[in-house]
Amino acid sequence: MTSSPMPGPTSAEPAVPGARAPADSGLQSGRLVEPKAGGAPGIPMIAIDAVSKWYGDFQVLTNCTTAIVKGEVVVVCGPSGSGKSTLIKCVNALEPFQKGQITVDGTKVMDKATNLPKLRSRVGMVFQHFELFPHLSITENLTLAQRKVLKRPAEEAKKRGLDLLARVGLSAHASKYPGQLSGGQQQRVAIARALAMDPIVMLFDEPTSALDPEMVGEVLDVMVELARDGMTMMVVTHEMGFARKVADRVIFMDRGEIVEDATKDDFFGKPRSERAQQFLSKILQH
Amino acid sequence: MNYNWNWSIFLEPSPEGTGTYADMLLSGLSWTIATALSSWIIAFFLGSFVGVLRTLPSPGAQRIGTAYVELFRNVPLLVQMFLWYFVLPEVLPASVGAWLKQLPNAPFYTAVVCLGFFTASRVAEQVRAGIQSLPRGQRMAGTAMGLTVAQTYRYVLLPNAYRIILPPLTSEFLNNLKNTSVALTIGLLELTARARSMQEFSFQVFEAFTAATILYVLINLVVITAASFLERGVAVPGTR
Repeated sequence: MTSSPMPGPTSAEPAVPGARAPADSGLQSGRLVEPKAGGAPGIPMIAIDAVSKWYGDFQVLTNCTTAIVKGEVVVVCGPSGSGKSTLIKCVNALEPFQKGQITVDGTKVMDKATNLPKLRSRVGMVFQHFELFPHLSITENLTLAQRKVLKRPAEEAKKRGLDLLARVGLSAHASKYPGQLSGGQQQRVAIARALAMDPIVMLFDEPTSALDPEMVGEVLDVMVELARDGMTMMVVTHEMGFARKVADRVIFMDRGEIVEDATKDDFFGKPRSERAQQFLSKILQH
Repeated sequence: MNYNWNWSIFLEPSPEGTGTYADMLLSGLSWTIATALSSWIIAFFLGSFVGVLRTLPSPGAQRIGTAYVELFRNVPLLVQMFLWYFVLPEVLPASVGAWLKQLPNAPFYTAVVCLGFFTASRVAEQVRAGIQSLPRGQRMAGTAMGLTVAQTYRYVLLPNAYRIILPPLTSEFLNNLKNTSVALTIGLLELTARARSMQEFSFQVFEAFTAATILYVLINLVVITAASFLERGVAVPGTR
């Protein structure tokens, strides 16, 4: 494993090797992810079991079932309104659901006994519109939740935050404010902010959809590196290049249902459903 | 118009025997400022609390917040002043009512509470509007990182909402300052009350109210200047 200068999260459990061999992306020195415990092999990190959700009478999710194991990268795609963003927000209970069960590292998210803030602090999330806190400097954005949720001392939080900021190549911007950065830079800070919490899994909700085209690459580079470091990732995106490069599986959703849940090669090679074929032909023809 | 202008009236001793007419007006001004500042403290904190209630996910909390706002902004301030001062001591248990009536400076305390509660309903609406004007994702981002609801408000939503509503909040502060004049009806000797007694003692009505007007405008200009410094001080780099 890497010899990181950072005090990684300590745990009695031995670190479980990632699903794939760590490869050096060459983007930045060092790894974005510290090896850590959690998610024994074979037991899903995220288990989504027969989840259905309604907004009033309107059903947005119908009987969705899938599982993501440690180190797996799963891309969720589908036409707009297919429920993919809603599904990913159910994983950390940002959206409540009425039927079914989701467990994250063995913890049921809709159980009343679950300490949701604690669970959410272990699940990193990156949003379409970055959602950096505009009134806080980049450093403060990186340290707020570390200090208030994880109760890390200010110095330690700052060190961890600045280290991750360096890994996404933005050290020079530590004392700036979000409004002074480009969209791509803001999204990289948002990824670093989520990683600073040492999450066991990362959720990405269309992380490049709000970006100017020339900024998509820099964000995807960070995500590819993260995937190669062995992070468990669930990514809602239309970036099929990203899916081809690092995804283990692709989930295709339409009208609130998981229509196709296949390995990357199967999905791009021979999608079984007609709807997935149509979707692929539409987004890949340009 | 047959009117004897006398601008030196301010330097003449007032019949109260405690100084000149100018001293009388300045004493009124200090009561105005004391009442405005004290009631603003109630209005700001209570109003923020009620405004937050109206934005919480809990329907019960929203209803309590809405009930507060509709009660206190839909009854005229003058009526509220009378209710607090004349009616409340009568409906309370006799001993409490008697204690209230004998309180030294009772008009001041009553005015502070009344204005505080009234203005809180207006501050609450601005705080609510400020919070609701933020992107939904801000609350989600705070929640997703594991911040509790209280922490999300304290560290994410309110600091942004206050920055947005600072200009209308300044107006509200000025309104509150001018509304203190309503308290003359319950016997608070604030600036307008003092101008009126000066007019009654000296018959120099124009001088008295000219002075009161200038004092109100001056104090409001001080507030506006302070508010614009505050606005610049809390402005976030990289935003408009």
